[in-house]
Amino acid sequence: MRLITHNMIKLFLLGEFTNESPMGIEVEKMEVRKVGFNPYFLKKMFDWVNYNALVEASKIMGYAELPDVADPSMLESEEFLRKFHHALLELHLEEGSLVCPETGRKYPVNKGIPELRPYYDEV
Amino acid sequence: MWYLCAFYHRLLDYRKPEVESLADLFGAFSKDADPERKSLEWKLPENNHPDSPFHFVNLPSEELARQIANRSILVKGIYELWGEGSSFEELEEAIKAYPDEKKLPYLKSESTFKITVDSFGKVTSFQEQTDRIRSLSYIPFKGRVNLKNPDHKFWLMETDNYGSNNGLPPIVQRRIFFGREIGGADRKLLPTYQLKSRTYLGPTAMDAEMAFLMANQAQAKQGKLVYDPFVGTGSILVAAAHFGAMTMGADIDIRVVRDGRGPDCNVWSNFKQYGLPMPISLLRADNNLPPWRPGLKEVFDAIICDPPYGVRAGGRKSGGRKLLKGVVGPYTVPDDKRTDHIPSTASYSLVECVHDLLDLAAKMLVMGGRLVYFYPVLREDDAIDTHFPEHPCFKLVAKCEQILSLRYSRVLLTMVKIGPYTEDIAEAARVKHMEFRENHVKWLEEGNLHSAVFSPADIQLNGAAGDTKLSKESKPKYRGKYV
Repeated sequence: MRLITHNMIKLFLLGEFTNESPMGIEVEKMEVRKVGFNPYFLKKMFDWVNYNALVEASKIMGYAELPDVADPSMLESEEFLRKFHHALLELHLEEGSLVCPETGRKYPVNKGIPELRPYYDEV
Repeated sequence: MWYLCAFYHRLLDYRKPEVESLADLFGAFSKDADPERKSLEWKLPENNHPDSPFHFVNLPSEELARQIANRSILVKGIYELWGEGSSFEELEEAIKAYPDEKKLPYLKSESTFKITVDSFGKVTSFQEQTDRIRSLSYIPFKGRVNLKNPDHKFWLMETDNYGSNNGLPPIVQRRIFFGREIGGADRKLLPTYQLKSRTYLGPTAMDAEMAFLMANQAQAKQGKLVYDPFVGTGSILVAAAHFGAMTMGADIDIRVVRDGRGPDCNVWSNFKQYGLPMPISLLRADNNLPPWRPGLKEVFDAIICDPPYGVRAGGRKSGGRKLLKGVVGPYTVPDDKRTDHIPSTASYSLVECVHDLLDLAAKMLVMGGRLVYFYPVLREDDAIDTHFPEHPCFKLVAKCEQILSLRYSRVLLTMVKIGPYTEDIAEAARVKHMEFRENHVKWLEEGNLHSAVFSPADIQLNGAAGDTKLSKESKPKYRGKYV
């Protein structure tokens, strides 16, 4: 699971939960998986990415190079784009879990695949 | 300018929409044009059946024609037509009348060329081919012949009524075309990507040719993000990744997306096999309960999928069927069993599935983004009257039927997002959907489609004795869309 996925998902899978804050991450095993660099694609992603969540998540994954604040003007800098690219697309959580800070519920991530599913009794 | 466009004679409904979708992708239309007006002008050659492989198409430039032809799957070639006629004498006259300034640059002595003789519906013997090429001696070819890698390719193509019942569209009169090739489909892709060479396959893996057509309808290209909510073994995303798109997929079945059939036989390995970039995200999620954070919208450039419509594979959503039917009461999973708990799933009717898909697409597609998906149709219904799902955010731009059996076919729908998603629109869509469900799609409810497709023939034929479709003697000569 790359951080782009982490950045897209919500806390609690059921009901009208309007909290935009990100899931917590517990890392057991992470990998760096290279992805082709495409500035045009990254600029589009920047439009909707929850940047603060990405900075926090990349720190948990052991990458602290991303500046704490960013604005669209920084998209002109290749140096920033490379860092953004690395954090968003190349940090890969192979084993671990996503933790909902509200409910404490853990969503397992095995072999890189997050299981975003409710319990039987939550449906 | 008008070009001659010759198609491969298959998937007839898919041919023009593919060209139009690619024309849009390569910038043939102004950006702000109404999606409805983003269509090309087409003409049929004289006396040709609408299903004929030959069409004339009006394209703004030769460069665009080349881009479209080379990216397409169903275009055999797009040609600059030098002449046509119903006999070789007429053809000669037409070619001689074609302006020299358009011909001479391609006949120069330093260039190489090749002439291919082709006839639709008949094999031409080698001797005949040579004779025909020799009969073109009135064209002043100055260059050298190069069969392997010529600078210019010329085609002499013919259609005629060969009198045999070969299942091809009826031909009224002979027609001969001569033209210079501008581009053509790279069909070598298909043997490379064919399913039988794929490591990880599922029962509903999408055929490679169809997957490429879907990727073309979705205008997949570099820098775009393409999502498949029913990813399965990834067969649709493979085609999108081939065209350079970033891909993302979800499936409700954790075993399919996570485990596959071992470390070198899973969704990832299907991409690795062709040297394609891996999907940037694969997750286990339920289309009925999308996991996206509420503020997230306009993220994907295209959503491409083959929803489970219950004929070969049924849809599933979260929730136990016993629970939903009230056989057991609600209960709580004890804490110590939660870690490895795999939740039950209940069947998911196509109507519900399509509603969720449209809602997801309306929210998550960028403006102008495309939703491309298959929708099943029972062929007993009057085809003209078929109602397809609608949504206020979308405009249906193409519907392409592929006949699967005597009883049902699937239609590839291409919808373009034309309006932003709001709560009011979501509500209006729900109302429209309920209406749609009431009026048109009783058979789409749980299991009905499956029984309509698979029930024994005698039950089907009750009250329709002598159904012509099933009696062998009256089998129509022209196979139409069966090709």
